[in-house]
Amino acid sequence: MAVSTEIQAPRSGRIAPEYKRHGRSKGNFEMFAWLFMRLSGVVLVVLIFGHLFVNLMVGEGVHAIDFGFVGGKWADPFWQVWDLAMLWLAMLHGTNGVRTIINDYAEKDGTRMTLKTVLYLASAVVIVLGTLVIFTFDPCPAGAAADLLPSFCRA
Amino acid sequence: MSKTPAGTLYRGREGMWSWVGHRVTGVAIFFFLLVHVLDTALVRVSPDAYNAVIATYKNPFMALLEAGLVAAIVFHAFNGLRVILIDFWKKGPKNQAKMLWGVVGLWVVVMVPFLIRHLTLAFTGGH
Ligand code: HEM
Ligand code: HEM
Repeated sequence: MAVSTEIQAPRSGRIAPEYKRHGRSKGNFEMFAWLFMRLSGVVLVVLIFGHLFVNLMVGEGVHAIDFGFVGGKWADPFWQVWDLAMLWLAMLHGTNGVRTIINDYAEKDGTRMTLKTVLYLASAVVIVLGTLVIFTFDPCPAGAAADLLPSFCRA
Repeated sequence: MSKTPAGTLYRGREGMWSWVGHRVTGVAIFFFLLVHVLDTALVRVSPDAYNAVIATYKNPFMALLEAGLVAAIVFHAFNGLRVILIDFWKKGPKNQAKMLWGVVGLWVVVMVPFLIRHLTLAFTGGH
């Protein structure tokens, strides 16, 4: 007898409570996380390739990077928004990716919880710090040597 | 003989190796990013602090590490797009192996000019 490999649709939408894979709490979180990985991935290709091109390929490339270079970029709201989006999307995408990996390999409940707590704390610190840096940045701090600052500070 | 059914996406061959590569590069980029945001935060300390740390990056060894980071990012990005196509494009699963060769091809096309430019800049002075 040929074995059919076709997977049949469930005959009833109702699943008896004892066969549910998770309790009430989780909702659709995993589905949104899956979707977010894909949507953020598409946007990150543009943001990160643009970041690398402007910082490594244009003009003098890496040699140009110093305080004045960063000041020049963040004087422009365009690059502030660019970097902010890149920070949040890359950090959330990376954090969710590492969460998946911890769930895959850390089999003991305690280890898994500890690793994920450390992960979430580290990510939160980096996201908050990175956001503050973009918005509280002063390109012309008082008392700094003028030759270290972007050229517009002298004006 | 292995009892693994033929043609699964993730056990052995292209599907598994691209998954391993995607995982390893993803974690590496994540740890880089943690450090990267911390050192960029030095612009809030003082121009001197930022410039002093950045100056320690401007040497051939770091240039090679940067090249490795970009190689990882470019692979993860193109392979990520491949994963998205496998999930959302009707013919994606059937073409997953072919698309991996597309990923490798695009990676070479991006990396060769990048390496020429970046390593020329890094190894021929500047300042
Ligand atoms: C070797 C390669 C890289 C160099 C030389 C570099 C350089 C820089 C510089 C100079 C800044 C300051 C602001 C600006 O220029 O926009 C910056 C900020 C930033 N970079 Fe990179 N970058 C590199 C790779 C990456 C990668 C691969 C990512 C993403 C995974 C990334 C994410 C960011 C983010 C999120 C910020 C904003 C940080 C903040 O909010 O404080 N960078 N980078
Ligand atoms: C450049 C654009 C990027 C694209 C197109 C992309 C795409 C993807 C996709 C589609 C997945 C899901 C894979 C799956 O469910 O099997 C994924 C996973 C992941 N990504 Fe990215 N990503 C990008 C950038 C990044 C960055 C900047 C980081 C780090 C901060 C990162 C870290 C990860 C990690 C750790 C995973 C989990 C890997 C796993 O579960 O095996 N990705 N990426």
